Amino acid sequence: MDTNRRNFLKVAGISTLAGLGGTTIVNRLVAGVDEAHAAAPAGSGVERKTSETIRYGLVIDIKKFHQDPSLGEKAVNACHQIHNVPKFPEKRDEIKWIWMTNFENAFVESPNLYQDEANQTHQLPILCNHCDNPPCVRVCPTKATYRYEDGIVGMDYHRCIGCRFCMAACPYGSRSFNWRDPQAYIENINRDYPARTRGVVEKCNFCVERVQAGLQPACVEAVGDSKALVFGNLKDPHSEIRQILKEKQTIQRNPSLGTIPSVFYIV
Amino acid sequence: MFEKALKGNKYYWMWLAFLGFFIAVGVVSYLRQYFFGLSLTGMTRDVSWGIYIAQFTFLVGVAAGGVMLVLPYYIHNFKAFGRITILGEFLAIAALLMCMMFIMADLGQPLRALNVILHPTPHSMLFWDMCVLWGYLILNALCGWVILTAERKQVAPPKWIYFFVYLSIPFAISIHTVTAMLYCGLPGRHFWLSAIIAPRFLASAFAAGPALIVVMALILKRVANFDAGKEAIDKMVTIITYAAITNMFFLGMEFFVGYYSDIPGHKHSLQYLFFGLEHHGHVYNNLVPFMWGFVILFLVGIGLITHPYTRRKNDLWLGIGCASIFIAFWLDKGIGFVLAGFLPTPVHEIVEYYPNINEIFVTAGVWATGFFILTVLYKVALGVEHEVEA
Repeated sequence: MDTNRRNFLKVAGISTLAGLGGTTIVNRLVAGVDEAHAAAPAGSGVERKTSETIRYGLVIDIKKFHQDPSLGEKAVNACHQIHNVPKFPEKRDEIKWIWMTNFENAFVESPNLYQDEANQTHQLPILCNHCDNPPCVRVCPTKATYRYEDGIVGMDYHRCIGCRFCMAACPYGSRSFNWRDPQAYIENINRDYPARTRGVVEKCNFCVERVQAGLQPACVEAVGDSKALVFGNLKDPHSEIRQILKEKQTIQRNPSLGTIPSVFYIV
Repeated sequence: MFEKALKGNKYYWMWLAFLGFFIAVGVVSYLRQYFFGLSLTGMTRDVSWGIYIAQFTFLVGVAAGGVMLVLPYYIHNFKAFGRITILGEFLAIAALLMCMMFIMADLGQPLRALNVILHPTPHSMLFWDMCVLWGYLILNALCGWVILTAERKQVAPPKWIYFFVYLSIPFAISIHTVTAMLYCGLPGRHFWLSAIIAPRFLASAFAAGPALIVVMALILKRVANFDAGKEAIDKMVTIITYAAITNMFFLGMEFFVGYYSDIPGHKHSLQYLFFGLEHHGHVYNNLVPFMWGFVILFLVGIGLITHPYTRRKNDLWLGIGCASIFIAFWLDKGIGFVLAGFLPTPVHEIVEYYPNINEIFVTAGVWATGFFILTVLYKVALGVEHEVEA
């Protein structure tokens, strides 16, 4: 083969490769730019679509959980029952979606040497905050955890590779991992919600399967009319949750981190 | 060229058999973990990464350290490194393969690993880490092999390979930078959330990687009749000295920021690592011995590799000095750094991590596999050198 022919083939081959690969990359970049324009300012480069009319949120009234400690148990049990959350004999395997904890553990940015008695002796529920700017979604290498347009942060248990990057990234400790097969440790299996396999991460999903069917989340339903938990649309100025947020002072967990949680606490 | 690895004396085969034993134990332990789940490790929902990811982090550094031979030789034309750049490149290959094995061992669903490619996610640093690790592996395999083949034929390496050699230099920096970005971009993990992490990783890598190469070169001098040359060893020791001191300087800065500002979040993990962290009347300190081991081994190592007598007159002391630096930085990065970042937990509890015996066997198995690969690669490289000399 003479040099000219050889060089021609080289150039032709490389241009074809560049053409095939290059256009895909350019298309992807352009597509990314379009979505970035549509979305809210996202410094982390996470492309996302946000609904203009819906963002789900939850208000937790700590006082009501103090007054009636059984509410916490009801909410936790309802959630764990409906979502097939297993109960392992060993604490190190533990999986939890929503659980009761102390004020000082939930609000680590607000330490207080002279805390009020009620907060010292009573507990409050914590769960996934369904952040508007979720670090877990940012770090997931497979998009197995993602943000719905309505603000709920969901999990695809069939795509998760179990790298647990999201667990390191979550500043609230909201995520659990299936260190072993959970099937045998689910007390009453609910056939309407998938049980997980070992090796995947899971967490509270704001009952997205119920919310999208027009129901309230299981924990909210479980505390009944106590109004200890109020779920609703933060983008609707006339919703009950917005009325409460207007009237009462609320706080959020680790606000300085800029994750913009959707869960609010009335102290 | 692989046929070179098939001929060796009885010590060569005994060494491979010794490693083979640990590989076999590691494989069996991994199968147990694969079929039962990661519950066979010491990890929990609070300390969700353990020694697998810690080894991975350290070994990325060892792989990147090889660039400290490639850069002076190819950019500054430092001829004395000519004989040993191949040791750096082959060490990088073995270290990267260990990294990938540790990642696979850590995955809850290893069979889904390809999802990282099937659903590429540029905003995840893990995606980029995969890209640069594979890139660096391929570059080292390509450059090492092509240059060794040329040497065997006693011709100059083809010109095009230099493009890839030069490309491998920024890639070496990038693998450890991106690995640092896995940690230093996470909100709420104060110990990791520091801009000095990537520079510190690089500094400790540029000490630990060359330190291992010096140890290897001194061993090869005794067992394989291969002399790296006094000038090359001496230059590497200089590089190790500066890199090791830089790493300690960066660590010192972390201490200053934490303890002078007196902000609890900046102090907690350092306190836990070096002095023990008191929480509700109990002091948690299971990593303290490792961290003081790190400091003492560093001091011993730096003393041995800087004192003129131990540095130039006696290979044994020099070897012990470099091994001390290597082990010291392994304690720092291969144990302390990853585990301490998880404490205290986001809800301010302390849950200490203790590796499970099965996890330790898997870890030993991966290390043994890495050294097995390294031995075979070095055997090939030295076989070619000896053939050329003969």
